[in-house]
Order: sequence, then structure tokens, then C-alpha cells
Amino acid sequence: MFKILEKRELAPSIKLFVIEAPLVAKKAKPGQFVILRIKEGGERIPLTIADYDAQNGTVTIVFQEVGKTTRELGTLEAGDYIEDFVGPLGVPVEFPNHKKVLGIGGGLGIAPLYPKLKMLHQQGVEVVSIIGARTAEMLILEEEIKTVSNRMYVCTDDGSKGRHGFVTVVLKELLEQGEKFDEIIIIGPPILMKIGSEITKPYGIPTMVSLNPIMVDGTGMCGGCRVTVDGEIKFACVDGPAFDGHKVDFDELIKRLATYKEEEKISLEIFNKAHGCKLINKIEGADKDAVK
Amino acid sequence: MPLNRSKKKTPMPTQNPEVRRRNFSEVALGYSEEEAVSEAKRCLQCKKPGCVEGCPVQVQIPQFIKRIAERDFEGAIKIIKETNSLPAICGRVCPQEAQCEKNCVLGKVGEPVAIGRLERFAADWERTRGSHPPVIPKKLGKKVAIIGSGPAGLTCAGDLAKLGYDVTIFEALHKPGGVLVYGIPEFRLPKIIVEQEVKFIQQLGVEIKTNMVMGKVLTIDDLFEMGYEAVFISTGAGLPKFMGIPGENYLGVYSANEFLTRINLMKAYSFPNTDTPIKVGKKVAVIGGGNVAMDAARSALRMGADEVHIVYRRSEEEMPARKEEFENAKEESIIFDFLTNPVRIIGNENGWVKGIECIRMELGEPDASGRRRPVPITGSEFIMDVDTVIIAIGTGPNPLLTKTTEGLELTKHGYIAVDEEGRTSREGVWAGGDIVTGSATVILAMGAGKKAARSIHEYLQNKKWQQ
Ligand SMILES: Cc1cc2nc3c(=O)[nH]c(=O)nc-3n(C[C@H](O)[C@H](O)[C@H](O)COP(=O)(O)OP(=O)(O)OC[C@H]3O[C@@H](n4cnc5c(N)ncnc54)[C@H](O)[C@@H]3O)c2cc1C
Ligand SMILES: Cc1cc2nc3c(=O)[nH]c(=O)nc-3n(C[C@H](O)[C@H](O)[C@H](O)COP(=O)(O)OP(=O)(O)OC[C@H]3O[C@@H](n4cnc5c(N)ncnc54)[C@H](O)[C@@H]3O)c2cc1C
Ligand code: SF4
Ligand code: FES
Repeated sequence: MFKILEKRELAPSIKLFVIEAPLVAKKAKPGQFVILRIKEGGERIPLTIADYDAQNGTVTIVFQEVGKTTRELGTLEAGDYIEDFVGPLGVPVEFPNHKKVLGIGGGLGIAPLYPKLKMLHQQGVEVVSIIGARTAEMLILEEEIKTVSNRMYVCTDDGSKGRHGFVTVVLKELLEQGEKFDEIIIIGPPILMKIGSEITKPYGIPTMVSLNPIMVDGTGMCGGCRVTVDGEIKFACVDGPAFDGHKVDFDELIKRLATYKEEEKISLEIFNKAHGCKLINKIEGADKDAVK
Repeated sequence: MPLNRSKKKTPMPTQNPEVRRRNFSEVALGYSEEEAVSEAKRCLQCKKPGCVEGCPVQVQIPQFIKRIAERDFEGAIKIIKETNSLPAICGRVCPQEAQCEKNCVLGKVGEPVAIGRLERFAADWERTRGSHPPVIPKKLGKKVAIIGSGPAGLTCAGDLAKLGYDVTIFEALHKPGGVLVYGIPEFRLPKIIVEQEVKFIQQLGVEIKTNMVMGKVLTIDDLFEMGYEAVFISTGAGLPKFMGIPGENYLGVYSANEFLTRINLMKAYSFPNTDTPIKVGKKVAVIGGGNVAMDAARSALRMGADEVHIVYRRSEEEMPARKEEFENAKEESIIFDFLTNPVRIIGNENGWVKGIECIRMELGEPDASGRRRPVPITGSEFIMDVDTVIIAIGTGPNPLLTKTTEGLELTKHGYIAVDEEGRTSREGVWAGGDIVTGSATVILAMGAGKKAARSIHEYLQNKKWQQ
């Protein structure tokens, strides 16, 4: 059992938990994730380690309520317990000799972007960041990103904050102006990572994306999380989740994410009936959060 | 005591195939006392029993059968448990036809004694009465770590705990049992049985820590730093293999591991009462010919598929699955396509499977395994319409732990290299079960756990590590 020490609402339907998990916190590195199961009978879902504190033995997760399990998670409060919390999983990311990096986070993708930029910043790397959301109130972790960036751009789809438009517009501009980066990190919905990678490819700038396929065990045992990278099958849970964006088959990933669409709907409807569905409209909008 | 001279095994009642193909309850229902006694009376009590030699852990077979014939069921289970700590499991899943029963003299003129069924009977007899709480041994004050809670790990843990060691099992999943809980389905091995065995081992004082993906959360070096004096690695061979043919990532294509894990461990059969979904279409093809393929096919049927095919590139004779499970599968109307090999999976515009292209095979010269090699017949390609494909062509070693352990020697296929006692190239580290042998059997994994426990005990008494 793992205790929720702190709960914060970052935006409508986006929540942050600080979880007591000393062993995970001790080994966690940027780029890694956990798998949790709320209770017996629950699904195992992967969530990125958004921050960690080895000394206090805590791990921070940020999640968006998109379906049954994340909604149920959102109903828990500080002081409640989560049955299973496994990690740190996946391969940590490393940036050995980088001098300047561009980090792009769309919607919820800002959360997994944060620990990477934080590490880069601590290493003394020059960090430029572009973060975006559908609308101002859905923008998360702006302050945190700002403190680890030398320069930050904010975009919203509806223009309610920062630049009016998608994060990819700013990306294009920077590249067209001839700005150089050792690496570009793009995290967000698969469609954003796909389009972003297409934009950076002609410039030959290494582009890292973090993939979010459906997972079960997270240990390489089921193969459900397989993605095609450079024509080869990779298991995102043990070989990733970070991959070279220029080599990922995003269309396949997007299709595979829809495998259980019908079942997810049934699950959510049953849950909503039992819990009232005041959040529903917002959640549906939230899906289209980032960027085309 | 009069012998029972029947040439045939006393039949064991099973659920009617028409009914059971749609439920997950156990297929075989077990002997009644009368049936067990009658079957036990078929045993000739050989002076030089071949059966015992065939048993990987040398259960004293004629002795326990004699007790059953005398209605001393308690005596029978006691004898079995001297060498086999998981008899309710082994009695159900051991390939007896290739082990003890294969060597039984009665097999020369008729059917062998139903040793497996008798073992199961004795174990269930005790189980349903509640076994005696184990005597907790005097503690030696020495800590041993075991990685993985399949049959190898559980057995090693049990044996060491009985000797007085403080044993901790570290398990990656949220539930202990290994393949026994995530792989082998309920209708062959009810989970309650595994749970009881796990509970027994806990009563012996073994601590089981779940959610511990070793190599990630802790390394073997961490374990030694934490004061563990010996480590036994029993992480199984859980990495699913794919075929490397086009279309394997279409929606509706599963590895058998994923398919069975969703059903067994995550209870997808209760969806939406439980949260993990699974997609089983109308027409399912399972690729492979082992126990895993049988289990996947029979599970697919129980999840509601109309038609389930097993597509196997060799012929019936070469099929590695247990005979009994093959028969059960046929009775449940699973269709077998022998000498058939998939060459690609075909999908629709949304990425869902709609068929597989297969090619017919014929048997050529024997290959390295001694089985005749299947060779494709040119021009025999055809398309099979299916909407779900389950790939059950085997598994390999998972490198998650081994690659974080320095100085651990592996074989060229990535399994852990050990000596006869189960010792690895690292002092204080043993390994056994599928992570050493590749996918094998429950009883061999158990045997490896036992052997390692003996060797660990010896080492911890004198701390001598010489190979
Ligand atoms: C490595 C990784 C890191 C992730 N990090 C975060 C994060 O930090 N914050 C966050 O909000 N989300 C993250 N996700 C996505 C998150 O796991 C899913 O949103 C969550 O599983 C949805 O579950 P649900 O029951 O609420 O919704 P559902 O209704 O089940 O599904 C909604 C969507 O989530 C996807 N999904 C469903 N089940 C799974 C599963 N078992 N594994 C992965 N995806 C699934 C589906 O494709 C669907 O599009 C991450 C995913 C991966 C693989
Ligand atoms: C579907 C199926 C049907 C089968 N049917 C039969 C049968 O009828 N009869 C028979 O005799 N055999 C059968 N087998 C084979 C048999 O189950 C295995 O040979 C046996 O379980 C091997 O035992 P083990 O202890 O070595 O490993 P496993 O049972 O595989 O257990 C390994 C355990 O280690 C854990 N683990 C792995 N990596 C880590 C890590 N890094 N950290 C912590 N824990 C880890 C795993 O989660 C797992 O719980 C079947 C196998 C399958 C898959
Ligand atoms: S070989 Fe057969 S008949 Fe002989 S002791 Fe063993 S089980 Fe009995
Ligand atoms: S989640 Fe099962 S192998 Fe990656």
C-alpha cells in the first residue's frame, strides 16, 4: 500500500499526487515511469515520474482524467492509499554532452517534460522550452518549467494565454530563424510528437519523443506495449519509453491506442453513473488538448 | 489386498465438454475416495519401480499409492510431501505421460497407473481438510533473497525457511505465483490452490514483497548491501517471442503472455466488473503447438469466440503440448491446422486483423531437435479469415535483471549459466527454473529450487564458494 501525501489540482481534470514510495524515489531518474493499480480488480496504468525526492522518499505523478482509472484515481484524497505502485520502470534518459536543448510539452506532456528539463538545467545546459495547452486554464506546471528554462514560450490553441496557436508554430519559427539545438525533446499526444518530429527532421536535429502505448506489466513480459521503431519491434516499457522521433511509426501507435475504445467507454459510463458526471464535458475537450 | 486388474485407468470425472467450453471452472473434477482406492489397487508395488526414476524429484510413488489403497490418505500425502512441496499443483499440470507414467510397467500391456490423478487426490484430500499449520523452525539469523515467485522461487523459499533462514521473495508483479497465476488458466489450475501454497510458505515465515521489479528498484548488489547472504534468481523465461512476419502489430494480435495475463492475472473475463479489457473476436487463430497454445485457445473459447484454430507448422506427433490437454482441446471443438505456417497477418484500413496468410508444410529431414523439419510447399498459400491472432511460439529470458548484475555469466541465448548445484558465476548467487533451462516444466523448476536450497544451506554453513 502506498500513501498519497499530497493532492493538488493543476487544471480542471489534471491532478498531481505526491506518493510515499521510498524505494522508487531512491532509484528514479528522468524519463522513467511507474505502473499503479488503485485496488484489487483495478487496471494497471503507467504514469510518468514527474518529480522525485530521494531524501523524503516521495514520487510525484501528474495525471489527466481521461477514463475510468484516471477518474477513479482523481477521487482519492491525501491520506488515501494506492494498492500497487511499481517502478521505476523504463530506461532513464541521458544527455551526455549537450549544450543547448529545446523542450516541447503539449497538454499533459508538460509533466513528463519537466524532470528532463530540470536535469538538463542542473547540468548547466541551456534550456529553451515551448509549452502549450488548449486554453489558459488547462496549462500546467508553467512556473516549474520557467524555473528550469533560460527562455520559455507559452502557447494556447484559443489564444487565451501567450501565443495564439500550437506549440509547433513556435518550433517552426525557431528553426526557420536558424536557431540550433543539440537535441529537441517533444512530449505530448502522439499526433503532436509525430508532427513535431516531421518538422525537425529536415534540420537533422536529434529529436526525442516519449511514447505512451497501452501497457500491462511494464517489465517486458506481455509485449502489449510494442511499437515499431526503425522498422523493428520494440517494447516501450523496457526499451523506452523515449525513442528517436524520426524513426517511430506514429500512425501504428495511434491506431493501437484505440484498441479498447469501446470497452473504455463502457467502463467510464458505469463509473460515471455511480459517481455523477459533472466533469465529463471538460474531459472530452481535454483530449484534444494539444496541438495538431 | 486384492489387486484391481483393469487394463485401463479408473476414469476421472470431468465437466461435460459442451458446458465447460464456456466456463472457467476446473475441467477435471478429481477422484472420489472410492475411485482413488480402486485406482491405487492397480499398482503392482514393483520392487524396482520405473515410475520413481521417471519422476524429476523422485516422489516415492509405490509407497504413497500403497497408503491410498489402504485408505491411509494422510500417510499418502506425507510421503509425497517429503519430496514434492507443491503436489496439488503437480498432480494437475505435470506431464506424467512423459515422466512417471511413461515408465510404469502396466503401460506395457494397457494403461499405466494414473499416478498424477492419485497425487492430486492425496493433495486435495489434505487441502480440503486444511493442512496442519507448519512448525516454525528456530531462526538461524541469516537472510536469503529470492527473486521471482514462480514454482522455483516458492520451492527454494519453502525449503530454506524450513531450515530456519529468513527468506524474502521479491516479485515483480502484484501477485505471487509466476506462470502459475498469470499463465496457466483457472480451468486447469484453480488460483485458490496456488494461493493456498503461497499462504503455506508465508506461514513458514517467508516474506513476499510484490511490486518489486528487481534490476530496477533494487539490484543484486543492493541485496548484499542490505545484509542478504545469498540470492536465488528464479525469474522464469517470460519474454514473449514474435514471429517477425508482416502485420504482427495489427490490433487484435496478442502474444499468448499478454492474452493469458489479461485473463488470468487481470481477470479480464469479469470486465466490466474488473477494469482490464480484452478483445476476443469471433474467429481466433492461435499460432504454436505447446501447452501455452492450448491454454490460449481454450481460454479464447471461454471468452466467447465462435471458432478457434490452432495453427501449427509441424504435425500432431511433434506437438509438444501434453496429450491430455490436446485431447481436452479437441473435445472442446478446437480446430487443429497441422503443417500450416503463417507468412503474414492481414489487416483492415483501421489496423484490425482480418486474416492470416498461411502456407502448407510437409515434413522433411530431422532437425537439431530430432523432430522432422517442416518445409513449405511452394504455391500452397491460402488465406484464413480471422479477427484475433494469438502468438504462442515460445518465450525467452528477460534481460531486465541479468543486465544490471555484473559478473553474472549468461549462455549465448541469454539464460543464466549455472553448475550442477545451481551456482552462478557470482559468489553467493544461485539461479534455477526457466531462467536457466528455458521454458520447461513446473516440476523441473521446483527441482531446481530444491537443489539450490540445499546448496545455499551448505554454503551459508561454511561460506565456502568453490566450483
Ligand atoms: C510510459 C507512459 C507514461 C504515461 N504517463 C502519463 C502521465 O504522466 N500522466 C497521464 O495522465 N497519463 C500518462 N500516460 C497515459 C496513461 O497511462 C493513460 O491515460 C491511462 O492509462 C488511462 O487510463 P483510464 O482508465 O483512465 O482511461 P481509458 O479509458 O482506459 O483510456 C484512455 C486512453 O488511455 C490509453 N490507455 C488505456 N489503458 C492504458 C494502459 N494500461 N496503459 C497505457 N495507456 C492506456 C488508451 O489508449 C486511451 O486512449 C502514460 C502512458 C505511458 C505508456
Ligand atoms: C501458459 C503456460 C502453460 C504451461 N503449462 C504447463 C503445464 O501444464 N505443465 C508444466 O509442467 N509446465 C507448464 N508450463 C511451464 C511452467 O509454468 C514453467 O516451466 C514454470 O512456471 C517455470 O517456473 P519458474 O519458477 O522458473 O518461473 P516462472 O513461473 O516464470 O516465475 C518467474 C517469476 O519471476 C518474476 N520475475 C521476473 N523477472 C523479475 C524481476 N526482474 N524481478 C522480480 N521478479 C521477477 C515473474 O513475474 C514471475 O512471477 C506452462 C507455461 C505457460 C506459460
Ligand atoms: S511402475 Fe506402475 S505399477 Fe510399478 S510401482 Fe510404479 S506405479 Fe506401481
Ligand atoms: S507492458 Fe508488457 S511488455 Fe511492455
